[in-house]
Amino acid sequence: MSLFDKYDQVAARHDRLLAAGRDPFNICMDRIVSATEAIIDGRDVILVGTNNYLGLTFDPDCIEATVEAIRHEGTGTTGSRIANGTYSSHRALEQEIAAFLGRKAAMVFPTGYQANLGIIAGLAGPKDTILLDSDSHASIYDGCRLSGATLIRFRHNSPADLDKRLTRLGDDKGGKLVIVEGIYSMLGDQAPLDEFVDVKRRHGVELLVDEAHSLGVFGDNGRGIAEAYGVEDEVDYVVGTFSKSLGAVGGFGASSNPEFEQLRFTSRPYMFTASSSPSSVATASATLKKIQSQPQLRRQLWDNARALYDGLKDLGFEICAATSPIIAVRLPSEEAAVFMWNALIQGGVYVNLALPPGTPDGSCLLRCSLSAAHTPAQVRKVCEVFDAARRAYKEWEATQSAAE
Amino acid sequence: MQWTDDKVQEEIVTLLQPFNPKGIELTPETDLSADLYMDSVAAMNLVMEIEDRFDIDIPISLLPDVNNLQDLVDVVLAQKSKG
Repeated sequence: MSLFDKYDQVAARHDRLLAAGRDPFNICMDRIVSATEAIIDGRDVILVGTNNYLGLTFDPDCIEATVEAIRHEGTGTTGSRIANGTYSSHRALEQEIAAFLGRKAAMVFPTGYQANLGIIAGLAGPKDTILLDSDSHASIYDGCRLSGATLIRFRHNSPADLDKRLTRLGDDKGGKLVIVEGIYSMLGDQAPLDEFVDVKRRHGVELLVDEAHSLGVFGDNGRGIAEAYGVEDEVDYVVGTFSKSLGAVGGFGASSNPEFEQLRFTSRPYMFTASSSPSSVATASATLKKIQSQPQLRRQLWDNARALYDGLKDLGFEICAATSPIIAVRLPSEEAAVFMWNALIQGGVYVNLALPPGTPDGSCLLRCSLSAAHTPAQVRKVCEVFDAARRAYKEWEATQSAAE
Repeated sequence: MQWTDDKVQEEIVTLLQPFNPKGIELTPETDLSADLYMDSVAAMNLVMEIEDRFDIDIPISLLPDVNNLQDLVDVVLAQKSKG
């Protein structure tokens, strides 16, 4: 028996995907032209699947700050914070994040994935219980597993279900941590955070909110869903990423818990990984300043989100959640989703293809993420190409059924 | 109510019907993956239905040992006896 035998089914499914066209999970951009455009197979493509919400990846000031950091601090740190030292820029960025979020401290990680691993597995241990939303991101599930805590899932976005499960736990002795996301990456739906806060307060447990997709996007100051709901004081731990609105690579955890920094010498994903590169740190520091100094970026992002939402809705597409910078279009079948994804690329539009089991409720999705850098003309073009892709699918479907 | 192996099985068979579109006969040995083609997400959704029906929590760590219908019955009885 081969070690790879267990992947036979999933490999066969992947082969079927390849037979239908390009590999949606391994698309190669030959050249990145701007925050919203790339060349793929020699074709100009509008990027509507990059989570580059504020479009800051080509901001001249941020590029300059990043280049300067490489000149002064080098290309890599070549080691971990605990064994090989912290750069003053790591510490400065942590202070900037903490100040921005109004928290006592922040810890920086090399990726958003590792931030969830490090914070969750650091906070919870085998005697504790984590209650997590059932639609949580893989990094949350993996962090939970690494913690060794008892893991209880509650129904997606259901404070009532969380309440019921906390009640069932009763006077269980261990610590209890509730985990939700600000907005959920696949559908773009929001957590009813005020209601979750009410439940967590009544049960006297702690709350962690992953603001990966909501930081820089929600709240008057871009601090995320907790700011938008006015409940920041009730959120005990914030996790976020640099790889979306902040246009870099990395992640962070932040808290005002006076014991929070004990995680620096107890959390294995923090201790035993290379520290963030000077370039990533410098980019995140520069883009964080932009989030604060350029609130118009958020307005542009939301204008674009509304324009695409309305445009696709007017064309009769089914959109999974209320307007947000993530717009997930539900397709009736995997075949339709894969065909349309290929037709969109062919027409010059890149979106994300999302299939079960990576999606809630077995949905097949074409997931768009907007950017402040998209122009109204680009958004119109995206709608036109969606319409054309659907026509192409209908024609293809008709020839298929005629052949049968 | 005192839950017995048979009663729990009967309830789970009912909850399994939506996951059994081909209507195969459900026995204690019915394998969720091999016989009912349930993926990990479908299995997790089924577990939530079972949790609601029996008013229990089934921690995720118990799921790797759940392969067939009898395993589900055993988990429910074990969690019920804890409550």
